Amino acid sequence: MKSEKITKLILLIASVIILLIFSGMAWSMVKGAIPAFGKFGFFGFIFSTEWNPTEDHEVYGAMPFIAGTLITSLLALIICFPLSFSTSLFIAEYFRKKRIAVVLGTLVDLLAGVPSIVYGLWGFYTIRPLIASLGFEGQGFGIFTSGLILAIMIIPYATSISNEIISMVPNELKEAAYSLGATRLEVITSVIIPNSRSGLVAGYILALGRALGETMAVTMLIGNANIIPKGLFSPGNSMASVIANQFGEADGLKLSALIAIGLLLFAVTALVNATGKMIIRKFA
Amino acid sequence: MDNNAIINTTDNSNWRELKSKLFLGIVILLSCITISPILLILYELISKGIKQINPDFFFKVAPDTLQAMTAVRNGEILPGGIANGISGTLLMVALAALIAIPVSIVIGIFLYENQGKKYANLIRTLTDILQGVPSVVLGLISYIWIVQGVTKGFSALAGSVALAIMMLPLIIRSTEETMKMLPISIKEAAAALGVPYHKIILKVMIPSGFSGLMTGILLSISRVIGETAPLMLTTLGSTAINLNIKKPTSAVPLQIWEFYNNPNMIDLVWSSSLFLLGFVLTLNIIAKRISLRYN
Repeated sequence: MKSEKITKLILLIASVIILLIFSGMAWSMVKGAIPAFGKFGFFGFIFSTEWNPTEDHEVYGAMPFIAGTLITSLLALIICFPLSFSTSLFIAEYFRKKRIAVVLGTLVDLLAGVPSIVYGLWGFYTIRPLIASLGFEGQGFGIFTSGLILAIMIIPYATSISNEIISMVPNELKEAAYSLGATRLEVITSVIIPNSRSGLVAGYILALGRALGETMAVTMLIGNANIIPKGLFSPGNSMASVIANQFGEADGLKLSALIAIGLLLFAVTALVNATGKMIIRKFA
Repeated sequence: MDNNAIINTTDNSNWRELKSKLFLGIVILLSCITISPILLILYELISKGIKQINPDFFFKVAPDTLQAMTAVRNGEILPGGIANGISGTLLMVALAALIAIPVSIVIGIFLYENQGKKYANLIRTLTDILQGVPSVVLGLISYIWIVQGVTKGFSALAGSVALAIMMLPLIIRSTEETMKMLPISIKEAAAALGVPYHKIILKVMIPSGFSGLMTGILLSISRVIGETAPLMLTTLGSTAINLNIKKPTSAVPLQIWEFYNNPNMIDLVWSSSLFLLGFVLTLNIIAKRISLRYN
């Protein structure tokens, strides 16, 4: 009996590691961000649009990066939705359990295995010249190119969740609709979508969480201009990408500002993911 | 069809059928668009990268800029390879796995053993949130904790810690899911025979769920092996093979980044990306195979 107590204690102690990592992360980042928040004020830092690392004139504001992150991620979500939803219908409804659906599913899974930097390379050498040839300024770098690549990157996450949710819709409901003479499309719009709506929403929220934190591919494609993007094809910068490409030369106040951006990114992704998981758990 | 007429007298049933067919056409078209990037990426990497793949590529370190320039001018393939990156990646991933695997299996078993309890639910939620934390933020954390705090400089250890934190939630959740799938009777049988609790875990639960655990571990390794951003913040890179965990170390994704920023090395970008993607996909396939056999 004594050994059982010891084993349970070991399990409990291990679980505390998660608490420690979590609180340690929050504490270290808050501590690292204090100089930046102290100098510019919490809201001053968030809403300022200026980013100037020149010595003695240092001003840091997070707004350009917050805007860049939100716009590219939302754009990615908009592009991702029709593609991944169609793919889910293909896999989980039209060709359910057929060989072709398995092949398609495997290929979509492969998309999740491609490292971010490889997406960046492909975007840089293949997609960017295409966008540039459309005649927009900036050699194809910018919000749209990053959003497009991000969309491809989050497709596997959105698709795998929607597959599960769509295949969970009870067959009896679908059969009842067919027996009333509904067409396939009508079954999808009046049975499958209403029955899986909240699960689908959660899936896209989780996919959004992925897009918010993507770093390398965005760094290579967004143009790294520390301004609020002026349009769909304007260059900009995102929170994750400014951390990656300004970190090398950072110390003092600049390092603190980058950590502050990291803290904001951490908070936003944690919130988005917690919301998504909560909806999924209620759904299941 | 009579039924159509009953539920829908105003609408033309031919039109409804046509609309349904059209929608199927759109679904098939969009699905094809969805999978085209992976085919295009594979094609591009193979067609551009295969010519650099030779024994030197695996066993020699990256060329310096002068060597690369000379080779480019003479129209030869680039000399050297990515041995410093491969060794660094293996070192850091092995160390990360060593840190993450035991801890996460124990936490996974804790979650399984405490289903429905408030504290366990909190841990589970935090684990889920940890899984969503962007890798670049984990790089920042490891920079603060290890680079500033322990090794006083960029180091392989710092990279491993960032990767280990990434692996934790993946292995924890896959351990819990694996344990849930084991029939409870084998646990009860062992307990009825008077086997002590820790031996039930070590000798019954872990061996029976071995393939499930292995799948989770391999998938988590394949997730972190291509990570670039956290390593840029923690291990910096190195032009020589380094196996000292307190020193800056290279990694394959870091080398891709360096080659990408050096116009003379562009050929190596494709071959090292091909290698990295091949490695990740192989791990994925092995993991799938194991989990298929298990089910």
